[in-house]
Amino acid sequence: MINPKQKGISDEKTKSIVMSFYHAFKSLGTALPTLLGVVLLLGLFLTLVSKQFIASVFTGELFRDTVIGSAIGSIAAGNPITSYIIGGELMKEGVSLFAITAFIVTWVTVSIVQFPAEAAILGKRFAVIRNSLSFLLAIFVSIATVTTLILIH
Amino acid sequence: MKILVEKKTKWGKYYGFYFLVAVIFLYFLLFFFDPEGAYNSLKVSGNIFIQIIPVLFIVILFMAFINYFLHPKTVAKYVGKGSGIKGWFLAISTGIISHGPIYVWYPLLKELRDQGMRSGLIAAFLYSRAIKIPLLPLMVYYFGALFVVVLLPYIVIASLVEGEIIELIESRKR
Repeated sequence: MINPKQKGISDEKTKSIVMSFYHAFKSLGTALPTLLGVVLLLGLFLTLVSKQFIASVFTGELFRDTVIGSAIGSIAAGNPITSYIIGGELMKEGVSLFAITAFIVTWVTVSIVQFPAEAAILGKRFAVIRNSLSFLLAIFVSIATVTTLILIH
Repeated sequence: MKILVEKKTKWGKYYGFYFLVAVIFLYFLLFFFDPEGAYNSLKVSGNIFIQIIPVLFIVILFMAFINYFLHPKTVAKYVGKGSGIKGWFLAISTGIISHGPIYVWYPLLKELRDQGMRSGLIAAFLYSRAIKIPLLPLMVYYFGALFVVVLLPYIVIASLVEGEIIELIESRKR
């Protein structure tokens, strides 16, 4: 014989699991237009910006190139594999490792393309502060990494 | 004053929709100047979207998990105020393990923050995503093992520093 109390608890549990999924779908659904916009912008960027264009921007001066590397990585977006490939090509073109390190770090940690989504979902203030800090920290990480490598060698 | 506040909230509510419309409009413009570029961009976007669909389902699963199992008290205990080193460790290690593009994780992080996760830990999670374990062999191939071994600890330190600075700013705001 089914205990009515147990059946009641089981019904409540099922309802609760369904409600959890419903809330999850609803949350993601609210973010979906922004996410779609970001994906479309990514498509534009990946199609219209070439590796040669990125390489042409570097000047040869160490600190300036590090800042430029950080800036381009912040604007660029897409799979990090692309950043490693571009980084490898930039190395062949003679761009300094300081600039390339800053570039590959900001590629993942900062993004102008994804900024609208971050601002909309996590708050504009948080997004501005986090992205600005990430931009600056990438420069420090790059200087620390390459300086350590030089000291080791 | 009340009308101004109401208008601002409506803008916030429909921001995503306006943003998407603006991007679609950009594509229309590009189509007139460079139809091939617009078509190729659309193809690339389509491929990206197909690739992220499985990740979106994983995110929905995680969000449902959080909604069902985790309560604000539990979230606060592990990643909330006063969670200490435990919180940092969880944020950084889950950031490293998390896969897929950064923007699919935003709704989940918002959910966790609403339940009490510290903003500093969210920042640390997002920064530590710079370490991508499956892509490490590729990084080693292009830049060498020594470069990778030196870079990774600095990324962890930077994510801690960023998280701490954001916490400092948040505490000053209050």
